[in-house]
Amino acid sequence: MIEQVITPDTDSDGDGQKYELRLFVTGASINSIRAIANLKHICETYLAGNYTLEIIDVYQQRMLAESEQIIALPLLIKKMPLPQRRLIGDMSDTEKVLKGLGIAHTS
Amino acid sequence: MSLTSSQKPTQPLPSFPKALTGIIGLDEITGGGLPKDRPTLICGGTGCGKTLFSIEFIVHGAVMYDEPGVFMSFEEKAEELVLNVASLGYDLNQLQQDKLIRLDHVRIERSEIEETGEYDLDGLFIRLGHAIDSIGAKRVVLDTIENLFSGLLDQGILRAELRRLFEWLKVKKVTTIITGERGGGTLTRHGLEEYISDCVILLDHRVTNQISTRLLRIVKYRGSVHGTNEYPFLIDRSGISVLPVTSLTLTHDVTSERISSGIPSLDKMLEGKGFFRGSSILVSGTAGTGKTSIAASFAHEACNRKERCIYFAFEESPQQIIRNMRSIGFDLQQHIDAGLLKFHASRPTLNGLEMHLVSIHKLIEDFDPHLVVLDPITNLITVGTVSEVKSMLIRLIDFLQSRQITVMFTALSLNTIVSEQTDEGVSSLVDAWLLVRDIESNGERNRGMYVMKSRGMKHSNQVREFVITDGGLHLVDVFLSPEGVLTGSAREAQQLQEVTGKALRDYALNRKDREIERKRLVLESKIASLKEEFESVQDELNKAYVEEELRKDVLEKNREQLIKNRHNEQ
Repeated sequence: MIEQVITPDTDSDGDGQKYELRLFVTGASINSIRAIANLKHICETYLAGNYTLEIIDVYQQRMLAESEQIIALPLLIKKMPLPQRRLIGDMSDTEKVLKGLGIAHTS
Repeated sequence: MSLTSSQKPTQPLPSFPKALTGIIGLDEITGGGLPKDRPTLICGGTGCGKTLFSIEFIVHGAVMYDEPGVFMSFEEKAEELVLNVASLGYDLNQLQQDKLIRLDHVRIERSEIEETGEYDLDGLFIRLGHAIDSIGAKRVVLDTIENLFSGLLDQGILRAELRRLFEWLKVKKVTTIITGERGGGTLTRHGLEEYISDCVILLDHRVTNQISTRLLRIVKYRGSVHGTNEYPFLIDRSGISVLPVTSLTLTHDVTSERISSGIPSLDKMLEGKGFFRGSSILVSGTAGTGKTSIAASFAHEACNRKERCIYFAFEESPQQIIRNMRSIGFDLQQHIDAGLLKFHASRPTLNGLEMHLVSIHKLIEDFDPHLVVLDPITNLITVGTVSEVKSMLIRLIDFLQSRQITVMFTALSLNTIVSEQTDEGVSSLVDAWLLVRDIESNGERNRGMYVMKSRGMKHSNQVREFVITDGGLHLVDVFLSPEGVLTGSAREAQQLQEVTGKALRDYALNRKDREIERKRLVLESKIASLKEEFESVQDELNKAYVEEELRKDVLEKNREQLIKNRHNEQ
């Protein structure tokens, strides 16, 4: 159901709009390192060349925690394309990450 | 160990550090506030005042105790909180600008979040840590952290992280309040009480007989003595006030200063000086015996001494009382105009006993009176049972005595059986008890007043007749006659009779005096006549004697003449 809705969306987005992603991590914690690796892998696989990924260490910019409503970490925010989505965890569940990013799962 | 400490009482033991909440009454129950630098759980059902409780803790900390605080809200937005607290008279925006308070609204939207694997709550830690460090906070509120459970799915992670959070807060050395919604069978829906072992406070909201009462109970408080009862508390315009049902101590100061009751003859029954300042006085009696008049007289007298007085009327409106009292010569309006007298009239059924108590507290705190009158307390029984009213009055008397405020209660007794109960209930609490009673005899009712008790002074044991006149209240000695105690017209008749008797006696006495005088006159005149008689007898006797002399003289002369003549003839 959801996939059906999202699929045309991504198609149209895929044309011109770049994926704008921000990943919040905490230093070099295990979850953070895993999340970075997993996310990079997913992006390279499904969004090659069509994304920007910003990795932010919340320890370095503590102010952001409040302004970005951060609770659980690691946190990935999909800024663009709309709607905004938030994904938490170490991104090991590829299926869910793709669903969260609104990328059609074609495997 | 305990022996040595008891032998050296001067050496202070390290006391359990506590953080004052500034909530009226709570600091008293907890013996100084919540455990310092430790988390406290406040739980209760919806709308029982958890958020208000915690926000007061933060605001008071910031304003009164110089302890900045962080309020992390998982429910209400910062703007909503600011609005809610504004009604209590606190400007959260200003406090935020002054870096005394920091509000942080944590928004979790389940639908926006996708969980994609292992995670932790470091974000919350960093966020809270930053907020604490930015203002040097000593107090933290997490309201209601259980909302995380609805936002995040992985309970295992969440529980582990919460446990870590509470430990971390202890290390951070902040006094924390965590609020939790009450769940079925457990204190909180998600069992937060498992993690917080230092202090748990339960708030409750109960409705009995359509009257709601909020109650607070300290379920546990590790390392400290605390009141264990359910304490009623109130939320009103100025926030939360908790009322300890019975204060923990009986150590208020007393004074031996005496104040007049406004009825000189009543003062005379009390060593001529009246009641002690700061004492509690009960005036009880049947309907129409003048209890309100006595109370008004007391208030009137206090205002004449330029003392402030609050009159709580549960039966009549202020205007009614003023009008009625004018008829017996008390002009209460002038005292109201002078700001010395304040009336507070409310129907007892307006709200529960606790609310009454709190509104009384509030008014007393604001007005700072020297005298308080409650007229009548028996009407309060319509909102509570006798024992509830009694416990309320205990608390009230406690409170008033700690502030050296004199209080006068009036109590209506309906008939002897019921009355004794109420009177007894309160009478053991009060310092002085006046009983006004109808004395019915000879087809009329008269008022008799007794001083049933008056602690700490000699007082008359006599029944006095209590008379209300245009000029005020008076006590008249009752007349003892062979038929018994006389009051009213019988007393007046007796008085008349005595006056008559006195006149008769006076008259008789006068007559006796006059008779004696007359007797004396008669005797005196008798004495005079006897004297005259004696003089005449004496005269008579003298006359004979002189005549004899004369005759003798003449005889002598004659004889000499005769002798001479004879010689010549020779």
